[in-house]
Amino acid sequence: MKSFLLCIGFMCGVYCIPIHAAIVYVGKGHAYVSIQQAVTAAKNGDTVWVAPGIYKEKNIIIEKPLVLLGENYPVIDGEHTYQMISVRANEVTIKGFKLIHSGTSSLIDIAGIKVYDVKNINIENNVLEDTFFGIYLQGATNCIIKNNRLTAYAKTDQQSGNGIHCWKCDSLNIIGNMVTGHRDGIYFEFVTNSLIWKNRSIKNSRYGLHFMFSHNDAYIANIFQNNSAGVSVMFTHGVKMFNNVFEDNWGDGCYGIFLKEITDSHISGNTFLRNTTAIFFEGATRVLVEKNTFIKNGWAVKIQANSIQNTITHNNFLANSFDIATNGSLVENTFNKNYWDKYEGYDLNKDGVGDVPYHPVSMFSMIVAENPTAMILFRSFMATLFDKTEKILPSLTPENLVDKFPYMKPLRL
Amino acid sequence: MIKIIKHVIADILRNKIVIAYTIFLLAIGMSVFNLEDNTTKGLLSLLNIVLIVVPLVCIIFSTIYVYNSAEFVELLVSQPLQRKHIWLSLFSGIALALTLAFFIGIGIPVLLYSFTATGLILVGVGLLLTTIFVAIALLAAVHTRDKAKGIGIAVLLWLYFSLLFDGLILFILFQFSDYPLENLMLVLSALNPVDMGRILILLKMDVSALMGYTGAIFQNFFGTTTGIISTLLVMLLWIVLPMGFSLRKFKRKDL
Repeated sequence: MKSFLLCIGFMCGVYCIPIHAAIVYVGKGHAYVSIQQAVTAAKNGDTVWVAPGIYKEKNIIIEKPLVLLGENYPVIDGEHTYQMISVRANEVTIKGFKLIHSGTSSLIDIAGIKVYDVKNINIENNVLEDTFFGIYLQGATNCIIKNNRLTAYAKTDQQSGNGIHCWKCDSLNIIGNMVTGHRDGIYFEFVTNSLIWKNRSIKNSRYGLHFMFSHNDAYIANIFQNNSAGVSVMFTHGVKMFNNVFEDNWGDGCYGIFLKEITDSHISGNTFLRNTTAIFFEGATRVLVEKNTFIKNGWAVKIQANSIQNTITHNNFLANSFDIATNGSLVENTFNKNYWDKYEGYDLNKDGVGDVPYHPVSMFSMIVAENPTAMILFRSFMATLFDKTEKILPSLTPENLVDKFPYMKPLRL
Repeated sequence: MIKIIKHVIADILRNKIVIAYTIFLLAIGMSVFNLEDNTTKGLLSLLNIVLIVVPLVCIIFSTIYVYNSAEFVELLVSQPLQRKHIWLSLFSGIALALTLAFFIGIGIPVLLYSFTATGLILVGVGLLLTTIFVAIALLAAVHTRDKAKGIGIAVLLWLYFSLLFDGLILFILFQFSDYPLENLMLVLSALNPVDMGRILILLKMDVSALMGYTGAIFQNFFGTTTGIISTLLVMLLWIVLPMGFSLRKFKRKDL
């Protein structure tokens, strides 16, 4: 009982703080004309309310807990030279601003909003346009980045930074953001226990999502579209990717998901549409790929022989040019219980499972793996003949890369 | 000239083979789309028909027809008609009849069930290949008086275009795999109308797979407007050149 009262008291304490907080107004006809002056004058926990207008502030530095509120998207202009907002204190909220024209640099990472080694930051409903890096978190913990729109227009990788860049962070929630035209849409390095939910990362000049050494993160219901190198996931364990959409990632070395040195991860319920390669496994271990739909991809799954103990099950493979390709005869992965639209077997006992095993690697995909230019012969009479003979007398394709229980009908996912 | 074309078409239509060919194509075209709920797979089956069956039927039928109408041609030559006109109307008659058959047999099911860019390109390529193989057949037929030999040449040409040529390409690809062959492949593919047609269809059907490294080179060439126009021009050349050669031969031929 005592601890309960204590708890109530504590909660009241926490919730009481804002009641004493004052509101500091910024804008034409208000107490302050510059946001920086208002921020300096405000006390801990105050709200700085900014009226619509254009503010050229040369880097607003926030060094105390504050709420920075923009009314009707006031514009903060970095004049192609400065960073716009630097956050160096805990418990800061930034809402409803339009940040435009940050500086660019090849020495320091200039960002629209940069967060330095602090906790409990809330960045919501901002519009960032033509920024070098968009929202940059370094050493941040327990932050929410929600419903921001980030747009950049750089032509080359060197001239552009990442949209949402997180380095050495923990417990982030990145929700409902839209990133386009940056180098990497969302960049994670050494970020743990975080959630990326309902974001859209479209037309970025490198990866839609790029993450390394970021363990135990979940990626749910995001859309990655038209990025020039797709999504890259490297050197990580415990990744969960659920219900994402990977679409139109075209080019050589461009993958829906590129899995490099990934272990103990779970990829489920995703849709892969029209990618050159939907999933590429390189040195991946104990990854479960289930309930995904692969439609009209060049290669649905490319799996290197150095990937082991992966399970690919209950997926739908529809209208892909090649279902599976591999680069060796060693196969340490299982491919059972999928639906393959190229399966030509029969089901005598009508249990919905084909009676003949399906070999998803075609002879021609082995030829193309060895000599990519041979792609020009794809679907020719000769290539068809090769595939048919290989089905009767397997010689080149790995014999144990097989679905022993292929479904007769597409799975309802 | 139009009179002769009319006569040739009427003659071909009276001859039941083309009717059978049309019905065969129509049956296949309809059944592929009705058997599969997935139209992409249907188009894929039709692709094989367009690339293998259509050239074979066209080249053999046209060769046989030219030999069978040898007496009719002799009769025409004795009339005050230019040999050029006789030969061209023979060609147009056969080509028109066969393209019509193809359009009814494959074109209509495709337009009904899969009215997409891929489908349209497939029909276009089929029509072009029909005409090209009629032209090639006429070239084969004009070269020899012996019917059996003529048909033999026609079958060999078909075998060459649909199988042997690709074998040669694959051989070159693997023998010279250390060299960059992409641009050479572009040039080589122009030497085979079947390949050109296939690549045009692939660019729509398997566009994601073709966006790989080498595919991108093909896409950069064939995918652009200049690429498509030059491909069409090359395919037209494949009609004009064999026709031109056979016409020259026919003009000087001692019938």
